[in-house]
Amino acid sequence: MKRYLPFVIVVVVALATLGSGAMLYRVKHEQLQALPQTNAVSGSSGSESMHIRGNPDAPVTLEEFGDFQCPPCGSFAKFTEELLKEYDSRVRIVFRHFPLSAHEHAREASLAAEAAGLQGHFWEMYDVLYREQAAWAKAPNARELFESYAGTIGLNVDQFKKDMDGEQAKERVESDQARGQSLGINLTPTIYINGQPVDAKDKNPEGVRAEINAALAKKPQA
Amino acid sequence: MTVSRFRTILYTVIAIVALAGLADATFLTVQALTGETLSCGGSPDCFRVLGSSYAKIGRVPVAMLGAFAYFCVFTFAIFAAFGYARARTFLIPTIGAMFLATLWFLYVQAFLLHAYCRYCLLSAAMTFLLTGLLIAAPPQRRSGE
Repeated sequence: MKRYLPFVIVVVVALATLGSGAMLYRVKHEQLQALPQTNAVSGSSGSESMHIRGNPDAPVTLEEFGDFQCPPCGSFAKFTEELLKEYDSRVRIVFRHFPLSAHEHAREASLAAEAAGLQGHFWEMYDVLYREQAAWAKAPNARELFESYAGTIGLNVDQFKKDMDGEQAKERVESDQARGQSLGINLTPTIYINGQPVDAKDKNPEGVRAEINAALAKKPQA
Repeated sequence: MTVSRFRTILYTVIAIVALAGLADATFLTVQALTGETLSCGGSPDCFRVLGSSYAKIGRVPVAMLGAFAYFCVFTFAIFAAFGYARARTFLIPTIGAMFLATLWFLYVQAFLLHAYCRYCLLSAAMTFLLTGLLIAAPPQRRSGE
């Protein structure tokens, strides 16, 4: 028996490693793929930024004007994930950039998201930016981090660097910002549901759900 | 304590350390394969290191090679602990290569990236420990069992 024991130990450890690695991969992969990526639409023609998550034909549109460096926007981003799961194809999320000047790296983060969007990975960068907000917000050179995020989500980093400095990303961010300013927005996140602003007192999970339910009740379901 | 018993204990310790290294490297491999970000307790250093071009060879994450190396060390150490003298001859070049790779990665973190990933430092510490333990292990006189 002793003769076979080392073989048994090695095989058991190999299986345990592969099993736990596969399990961990599955859990993490599921977390990252939890949102319906196939229903994510990024970008439109010209300088307008149009980033939709969820069913593009959903009867309810939640439009968010957000700033990647604003902590409440990060919390709201997590909440929108829950909303998409909860309402499935009945709600779509539209993200608009509204980087506040008080936030040192917010505009650069928006440019990073748009540069990723030009390679078809806006939402992946959106997720990373919010998930890592605490890290890059304090970093002296946030851009360096954005570039490493780009590498991690599988972008062409050289192209990403060029796009971050390019006119298209800049125009898209500015177009969103101009839209926000024309609506009189001065704080983030500012939320619209089917074009109607959500009152500050309702900017909480219960309030937003109530607004969505009200909007769904008004419209026939898709 | 006899030399043989001391050797058995030492190889068992090597196997346990390799097992810890294997767990660390497996975790880093999964992180690299899922593309998930990793920050070291709010510090962006892990991202700088793990998101850098030095963290991959082609499309293969370096952590995966590390996991394979730790698994090899574990296997050889277990066989050595059970008296297979030839296992030590495989153990020496494997740990030697890991030691050199560790020096390179420490250089990369210190001088090229100016950032340290604590999971990589943990792995480096384990490789140094393995090297020390291997040096401390007295050579076997008879081969095979």
